[in-house]
Amino acid sequence: MTIITQTNLTRRNMVLGGATTLALVPLATPVLALSNGQASGHVDKVVAAINKVIASGKSESNMIKDFEKIFVKYSDVTYLASYALGVDGRRASSAQKRSFAKAFQGYIARKYGKQFRSFIGGRLVVEKSKTIKNHVEVETIAHLKGQAPFEVTFYVSDKSGRVLFYNLFIEGVSLLLTERTEIGSMLDKRRGNLDQMIKDLKSAG
Amino acid sequence: MMVVVIAGCTAPTPKAINDPNEAGNRRTHEANRRVDRTMLKPVSGAYGNALPAPVRQGIGNFASNLNLPGVIVNNLLQLNIDGAVKNSWRFVINTTIGIGGIFDPSSSIELYEDSSDFGETLHVWGVGEGQYVELPFVGPSTQRDTVGMVVDVFTNPLTFGAPSPEKYMGPVVKGLSKLGDRYTYSSTVDSVLYESADSYAQSRLMYLQNRRFQLGQDPAEQDQGEDGYDDYYAD
Repeated sequence: MTIITQTNLTRRNMVLGGATTLALVPLATPVLALSNGQASGHVDKVVAAINKVIASGKSESNMIKDFEKIFVKYSDVTYLASYALGVDGRRASSAQKRSFAKAFQGYIARKYGKQFRSFIGGRLVVEKSKTIKNHVEVETIAHLKGQAPFEVTFYVSDKSGRVLFYNLFIEGVSLLLTERTEIGSMLDKRRGNLDQMIKDLKSAG
Repeated sequence: MMVVVIAGCTAPTPKAINDPNEAGNRRTHEANRRVDRTMLKPVSGAYGNALPAPVRQGIGNFASNLNLPGVIVNNLLQLNIDGAVKNSWRFVINTTIGIGGIFDPSSSIELYEDSSDFGETLHVWGVGEGQYVELPFVGPSTQRDTVGMVVDVFTNPLTFGAPSPEKYMGPVVKGLSKLGDRYTYSSTVDSVLYESADSYAQSRLMYLQNRRFQLGQDPAEQDQGEDGYDDYYAD
């Protein structure tokens, strides 16, 4: 059974929102561990951390190091890496998987960190959240200078044992799917050579 | 040959990617990349360096204001009255207070464009997206959106049927606005076109996801929704 609850969340009614969510969960289904409020709170923290780095005025390479830390702290990087590797992960040794995950987290920090430059002077505002099956979708609106506002949505879950985001959509474009396609293309170009792909990923993005 | 089925309701959410003409599309993509590398990118760079940001912004504003009557026609064809009213107010405010649309006072009162086109109208009328196509000079599209693009030449009462010198204003301003966009989003465009391992696959995927999102097709309902996060931690 799918439970869909939707609340317009602001920091003020977050506690109330969380309570409403619990009240709406039918008794027959297992109680969801993660509330909408917790998920929005998590995204608020991510947004605050990103804004802090942007406002720091550090050099780009130092900002990218900070972004990598944010990815590691707030997102499920192990899962992101495993999804991006897709079916090719089945033939990877655990050492290859580990070094891929390490290279991948640096790669996304570089690739997406560079794009955050356009966020200077802008802000990301948490709008609403809804529970879909076992995860919470937190919708934020990016307000950038000289641009119409656009939607950035985070998928948040606590299945890993910690509250983490495990996908994000920028105007409907999924990070997971985009990176699975990209890693697949990188592998194809290297005739499926995992080690070569991992080596090149360390400097990609 | 395209089969058009008017189902009388919004087309269902398409699954995955329908690209039977991939080989031909890839050839067009390579040609488009060449055009970008040799012309669009350098010209937009010169344009961006020659004109200060506020001027480029003004040209962009002017172009999108000029395009707005066509958007309103599409809002109406979709019976999106709310969107048509919003866009009409936007057009009136920006044309008057915004001095012919050079400035965008509407956005400062959070009256944003409810963007649309004839491709969306076809979608609302029940036409599916059809095959993916990469169009020469234009880039990623679908069969439905290509038809929409052609029809949109005629949906704008302001540019279609205008007297002789004025009728060139629309395309010229639109062209300049596109140059401005190429300059403003240069690092994002470059990252897809030149830094990706397969820029064709990336632009196809991004276009389709973004377009389906614009049309209100939930990504979770698309094939990509199965991220398997729960399975990953199952047991």
